Order: sequence, then C-alpha cells, then structure tokens
Amino acid sequence: MRGLIGKALIAVAACGLSTSVASAAGSVEVLHFWTSGSEAAALNTLKQNLAAEGIGWKDMPVAGGGGGNAMTVLRAQVTAGNPPTAAQMLGYDILDWAQLGVLANLDDVAKAGHWDAVVPSAIQTFAKYQGHWIAAPVDVHSTNWVWANKQLLDSLGIAQPTTWDQFIAAMAKVKAAGKIPLAVGGQDWQEAVMFDSVVLSVGGTVLYKRAFYDLDPKALGSQQMIEAFRRMGELRSFVDPNFSGRDWNLATALVINGQAAFQMMGDWAKGEFLRAGKKPGVDFECFRTPGTAGDVTFNSDMFVMFKVGRAQRAAQDAMAKAVMSPSFQITFNTVKGSVPARTDVPDTAFDPCGRMAMAQLKAADEQGTLLGSMGEGSADRAAVEHAIFDVVTANFNGQYSAEQAAQELVKAVALAQ
Amino acid sequence: MRTRLQNWIPKLVLAPSVAAMFFFVYGFILFTIYLSFTDSTILPSYGWVGWHNYLRLFQLPMWSTALENLMIFASLYIAISIAIGLGLAILLDQKIRSEGILRPIYLYPMALSFIVTGTAWKWLLDPGLGLQHTVQLWGWTNFRFGWIKNPHYAIYCVVIAAVWQTSGFVMAMFLAGLRGIDGEILKAAQMDGASNWSLYRRIIIPQLRPAFMSAIIILAFLAIKSYDLVVALTDGGPGWATQLPSTFMYSYTFTRDEMGTGAASAVVMLMMTAAIMIPYLYAELKEPK
Repeated sequence: MRGLIGKALIAVAACGLSTSVASAAGSVEVLHFWTSGSEAAALNTLKQNLAAEGIGWKDMPVAGGGGGNAMTVLRAQVTAGNPPTAAQMLGYDILDWAQLGVLANLDDVAKAGHWDAVVPSAIQTFAKYQGHWIAAPVDVHSTNWVWANKQLLDSLGIAQPTTWDQFIAAMAKVKAAGKIPLAVGGQDWQEAVMFDSVVLSVGGTVLYKRAFYDLDPKALGSQQMIEAFRRMGELRSFVDPNFSGRDWNLATALVINGQAAFQMMGDWAKGEFLRAGKKPGVDFECFRTPGTAGDVTFNSDMFVMFKVGRAQRAAQDAMAKAVMSPSFQITFNTVKGSVPARTDVPDTAFDPCGRMAMAQLKAADEQGTLLGSMGEGSADRAAVEHAIFDVVTANFNGQYSAEQAAQELVKAVALAQ
Repeated sequence: MRTRLQNWIPKLVLAPSVAAMFFFVYGFILFTIYLSFTDSTILPSYGWVGWHNYLRLFQLPMWSTALENLMIFASLYIAISIAIGLGLAILLDQKIRSEGILRPIYLYPMALSFIVTGTAWKWLLDPGLGLQHTVQLWGWTNFRFGWIKNPHYAIYCVVIAAVWQTSGFVMAMFLAGLRGIDGEILKAAQMDGASNWSLYRRIIIPQLRPAFMSAIIILAFLAIKSYDLVVALTDGGPGWATQLPSTFMYSYTFTRDEMGTGAASAVVMLMMTAAIMIPYLYAELKEPK
C-alpha cells in the first residue's frame, strides 16, 4: 500500500517536472481547434517556421469546430493561473478576455512589423484593446458567399443570379427539376450565417450596423427586419426536409456531388470543394450573396497572446511575428480557403475565388463596408449573439412568423444586454 | 482505551472523504447559489445583482420551452418506462423456460451510455437513413416517420430513446419485487376463486409499492439530469425544440458567457430535485419507527 502511494507521488512529481521543463524558455504553448486534416497541415507550417528559429511548440488541440470546447479548456487554464502562450480565438471572445486583463501587449512586434498599416481597420477592432495589440490575426473568412454546383446550374440553364429575385427564381427552377435548391445544415449558427447575408441584402450596411452593432430596437423590430425574416422563410421553402442537425460540411457535400444547387456559407466551404478535387469556375462557382455585392461580412481567426512569464516573452513575440509574416499568411490561407489578414501580400498563389475575396476585402476596407459577421461572433458579444441565434433558428424552424420573429428579436436582444 | 480507539478509527478514516464530499459537493452547491446572484459572465465575478438573473431566466422563452419539455419528457418517460417494465416483469414472471436468457437481453440497454443510445437512435430515427428510409425501401413508399426533424414532435423521440434505454432496468426492479411476494397469499387467493386479473390488480401490484417508489424516484432523477441523451440525439434541436434545463444550463454557463443566468438555472434545477427527493427521504427515514 505504502509502495503504491510512494509510486503515485513520484508519478505526480514527475508530471509536475515534465510540464515545467516543457514550458521553459524558447517554446510556445498553443491552444487551438484546428484539428481537421487540412487545418492541422496548415498550422504545421507555423510550427516548422518557429522550429527553424529554435522555438519549441507545445500543441494543445481541442477538437470541436466552433471552439466551444477549446474555450472551456481555456477558462479552466486561465482560472488555474496557467494560461497558454497563445490561443486561437475569434470575434468578441477576444475582447471579453482582454477585459479580464489577462492578455499580453504586442505593441513592440506590431510596430516593427507595421501591423497598423497592413491590417484592415475593421479587423484591428478585435486585435487591439484600448489601443494596444493583443492578438495576431491569422486569416480572414467572410460569410456572405454562395457556393454553387456549376454543372447543375449549366444543365438547367441557370445564370449566376445577381439580385435577390433572380436568386429565388433560380432556386424555384432547381426545385422544379427535382433537386435540392439550397443545402442547409439546420444548426443555429449556420442559419445565422445566412441571416447575415439576408439582412444585408434587405437593408444594406445601414440596417446591418444599426441592428447588429448598435442593437437599436427600432432597427431590430423594423419593417426591413420583418422583410429579412420573410426572406428567411423563402429560403426555408427551398431546403430539403431532412436538414435539421446536419453539419455544414455535409451540406457542402450535397452541393459537391450535385444533389443540391446552392449553399450560403462562409468560405471555409471552399476547402471542402478543393479537397474533393473540384476546380473553382469549372466545377463550382463562388459569388457574393445576391444583394450584398461590395459588402463583406468577416470573421478573423487570431492567435490571442496571454500574459506569460518573462522567460517566455521572446518566444511569444517570435510567434506573433511568424504568424504575421507574409509567407505564412499565404501558405496558411491557401490551404484553409480564407484570405490573408494583411492586404499587402500578392494574390498570385490563390485560386480565382481567393483572388476575388482578397480584392473585395481590400475594397470593402477602403469603403467602410467591411463588417463583422454576426453569425460568427464578430458583431456582438456571445450573450447577444446567441440571443439572436435563438430567434433566427426558431423562425427558420417555423416556431415564429416573420412579424413575431422581429418582435421576439427586440425582446431577446434587450434581455441579453 | 482500546474501545475508544476503535470508536475513533472509523471516523478518522472516513474524515478525508467526508471533508472532500462536503467541499466538492455542498461547497460547490453553495458557490453556485452565490454565483446565481452575481454578474458573472465568462469567469466568476462577484458584483451582487440580487434576483436579476432569476427574473431574466423566467423571461427567456427558451427556459420556458426547456421546463415544458422536461414536464413532457419526465412524465411520459416515467409512465411509459414503468408500464413497459411492469409488463415485461409480469410476463417474465410466468415461470417461462428461457428466463435466464431473456432477462439480460432486456436489461442490456442499461449497460450502454446515453451517448451511445442517443447516437444510435439518431440514425434510426433519421428519415433519410433509418426507419423511414428502410420501410420505404421495403415498398411502403408512403411511410413517413420524421418526428425527429419536427420541432413539435422531436421531444417524443427523446422519450422513445430514453424508454428503450431504461425500461429493462425498471423490469429488473419489478421482477425483484414480484419475487419477493409471498406465494402462500397468492395460493390462498386462487383458492378463493380470484381471477388472474384481480390477483394482479388487488394483491400483487399493491404489494409492489416500494418497487414503484424506487422506480419513480430513480426515473425522475434520470429525467432531470438527462443531458447526454439530448446532446447526442438532437443537440437541442430542431431550433431549440428539445432543450432541457440541463442543456440550457450548460449552454448559458459555458458557450454564452452568462454564468450568472446559468447558475440561476442550476439552482432552479436543484430546487426541482429537492422537491422530489426531500419528501421521499422524509418518508423513507420516518417509516421504520
């Protein structure tokens, strides 16, 4: 018995030792949820870049695409006073953590790398807190995309729709041909991603900002918002009956293998097309949701840096620098389907969809039409975001009519603040 | 001296686990109650907000849906599990030959975790994949069974899966109860000309009262704490049609960064459990005297 306890104690002590060795100078501990094949491969290039500088990498992958599990792990670590060097995060989560005063200051690295000049200002909103850099943006995704199966559209003689009415007419044609017009996975965030685009298509950036940035009850309950919910109802009528609970990549698969014509989804869907060996412009088409041309609703994955001991500062800064290096931004984003978080890198390595996205990102940044995606946690804090999700999903699943939904939206947002 | 030592040793040995239990169970219950009166968001914080979280909680449509679902789920789950469990127990009690084989077959689902049950039933109930698809392939092309995709019926799918999981266990409890009934009484009743039906109705089932009590308590308890089944089967959907208080609590505390409201919902759940357990414990502890 005594021997057993002794062994256990030694084992515990050994664990303690091994962690303290691993977190010694010259290494970074990175918590992330990029666990799928292509994402992990993309991240591996960062690991190699750092290894070339003699910096070790302690990987802490937490599976679960949305990052919910990763946040739970992070919470436990920070509460225990043992935060990782960097953690992958997006949107308002970053600012919430910044508010708690646990994040590092990256101003020196940022100044040396001229981050202020090359990162779009809307994205800086999340990478800076009270004027100080706290995170290094890795990629920019945008959500107001439509992905279409080109062969299916060609065979039905459907041209790329540019207005909402054309979009609806195109879907009606697909439905008449016995195919699924719109591939949707019935999970609240997927419906919310569509709602992003739909709100933009109805009321443009003005409505979008008033509703999702200012949370103005007048905008949330407006006629335009009712119209947006009515359009969601239209979309609902083009969805197959078996949609609820389906994962987004299975919905993408329906478009890839020609069972469905369109999917309204962020550009991570492109990764699925490419993995299936499909070519943009040949097998599939990408275009902005009809009615939202010129606008870009983004979400940007970032490595948020936590306050760490003096010994680890050098490694942390080196990592931040490596993340923002143009070569890594290009390698990572070509694999991931997103675009670089800096607007000064060449687009030659990207496919047509990627080049289009890069040009649009730059233009939207200049015109002030680059907006944080509500569906991806970049327009509102988690509490408000999920309150909106609740109403959107209840409407999409037939619990609220368009008018009721607008009313409930006003109430839900007020309660969540 | 020796006897005093003997008196003390058990207490000493038990002390660490009792202390740990007080800290990790009751300590955290108190901590949760305290948090439910604070403005905690991502991490616990200690700004006092009084009853605000509770007032908010009862204004949230999703919470009322969760409570409603719990009522539907718990009452159907308990009633159907008991009906099926009792039925199976009575049938197995007819001194049939292969009871030793049948009993474990019915009991087996209990050995699975709710996650496995949930995932398996998710596939079985999926219209494009499971029952509906199969029956349509057999030729009944008009057959429809899409409850799991319908916000109004999805909660009944949770009941189906949960009943499948536990009715065998309930059967075992009733079977034990049936075996405990004195055969002499039954023989006496039969001699007095009691029919089989009235034998069960008037003599056997009333004597199963303790088994009923235990079954109801255990099932009510399972119903209130059920979380994994819903997560695996419907993940609260379609929309939020199958949210239960437990899934509500998790999502508010951990994904929506509203720890205060999440804690308030946990306290309400604790109250519900207490409302069931306290009368039961009271009755149990009082009776022997």
